[in-house]
Amino acid sequence: MTDTGELFQLPLKDLHEAAGARFGGFAGWSMPITYPLGVLKEHLHTREKAGLFDISHMKLFLVTGSGAGDALSRACPLDAAALVANQSKYTFFLNDDAGIIDDLIVTRLGEERFMVVANAGNAATDEKHLKAVAAGFDCTVEPLDRVFLALQGPAAEAVMTKAGLDLSALTFMHGVEPRDDWFASRSGYTGEDGFEVAMPWGEAKAFAEALLADEAVEWIGLAARDSLRLEAGLCLHGQDITPDINPVDAGLMWAIPKSLRETGGFIGADALRSAIATGPQRKRVGLKPEGRQPVRAGAKLFDANGNEAGQVTSGGFGPSAGFPVAMGYVPVALSTSGSKIFAEVRGNRVPLDVHPLPFTQHRYRKG
Amino acid sequence: MATTYFTEDHEWLRVEGGVATVGITDYAQEQLGDLVFVELPEVGRTVAKGDAAVVVESVKAASDVYAPADGEITEVNDALSSDPALVNSSPDGTGWLWKMKLADESQLEGLMDEAGYKAMIG
Repeated sequence: MTDTGELFQLPLKDLHEAAGARFGGFAGWSMPITYPLGVLKEHLHTREKAGLFDISHMKLFLVTGSGAGDALSRACPLDAAALVANQSKYTFFLNDDAGIIDDLIVTRLGEERFMVVANAGNAATDEKHLKAVAAGFDCTVEPLDRVFLALQGPAAEAVMTKAGLDLSALTFMHGVEPRDDWFASRSGYTGEDGFEVAMPWGEAKAFAEALLADEAVEWIGLAARDSLRLEAGLCLHGQDITPDINPVDAGLMWAIPKSLRETGGFIGADALRSAIATGPQRKRVGLKPEGRQPVRAGAKLFDANGNEAGQVTSGGFGPSAGFPVAMGYVPVALSTSGSKIFAEVRGNRVPLDVHPLPFTQHRYRKG
Repeated sequence: MATTYFTEDHEWLRVEGGVATVGITDYAQEQLGDLVFVELPEVGRTVAKGDAAVVVESVKAASDVYAPADGEITEVNDALSSDPALVNSSPDGTGWLWKMKLADESQLEGLMDEAGYKAMIG
């Protein structure tokens, strides 16, 4: 990565500029926020055809060695030894209080070889944390500098194959190393079928151009990435999950195998066990404003009697849903679908319904 | 004959007979992106120059549109309630925001004409 002043620049910056991207700062990176198509059409295009996202701001760590699996099973509430080859798992780094340091995808690439994909905003924290944990095991943690592209949408598989990378044999949440120093997984952050592919800088421009040569493909910026993941009910770390929120309250216990909840020796295990015993203190829910007015992150929530009742953590408009969509934390008593709640927006109270997540159905290729 | 003025906040005003029609410029709508909601003021509300009169919301963010002068809101563009994207497709036409009776037309003196505005946005 190149640090020019305040923000890191993407290796494929020239391609984005040529495509007419409008840039903005995100997690220390200068990122394409929108392209000339605009956020609404970019969003809809991804659900209809295929959207190409430059996610090179995200961090990949290669963990190798005879102790790699044990190190990851210590760092994450994960049974790394139970992963079969090429299987990916959504998991976390937890702190001692079981708060979520970051959410991650770990893929087993070989007997002693794992790939960890982490969020841009937490890359430095994650690296320090993972290396500290790994120091107690026979393994090495190698942060990788790669161009990382996501291709999402129903046409993704066909486009990828045409561009020379046949990943049709992969099913959802599986990953491979299709070429030297490449990593590809069938996963994403939109709720659609699709892939995330990391590659060396020198091979990236040609590959991106091969994908873009297909008329089904459009560049998609961070603005639509956010509206897509919000409709899909997926969390953004730093907003919907933070080091002060545990997986019990976040409704993410599905990511933690049952056996580990009782016996796991991962960091934060004791705190997680007592959180499970106590039960959730609040719950993450989908929220649907009644009218057309979006309710944004940070808006305070109130019950029908005007008592404070939590906060919106993500909110905007859902172009595919066709109405405003939001996510937030509410008291357990108000967390069932259909509960009435009110958000404060510029001094007014906007009524919302607790709504099941996702807002738009996932269309993963589960095989 | 109406006279059109522009503000540094990327609004236009078309003034005729002491009444200004106010909207945002093409440049502004392009910067904001696709609008999904416009919060309009109540007719009859008195605004001072610099007050947030309207809130325009894109998929991503909410932005204030400021009253460019003192006055009283006399009409709002109700069509935007059902079709906020009119602001994107016709920012200086059917996508107008509100009309106001100006309290003091001398406040218009510091505003730009079209040539001045175009020079500002470059």
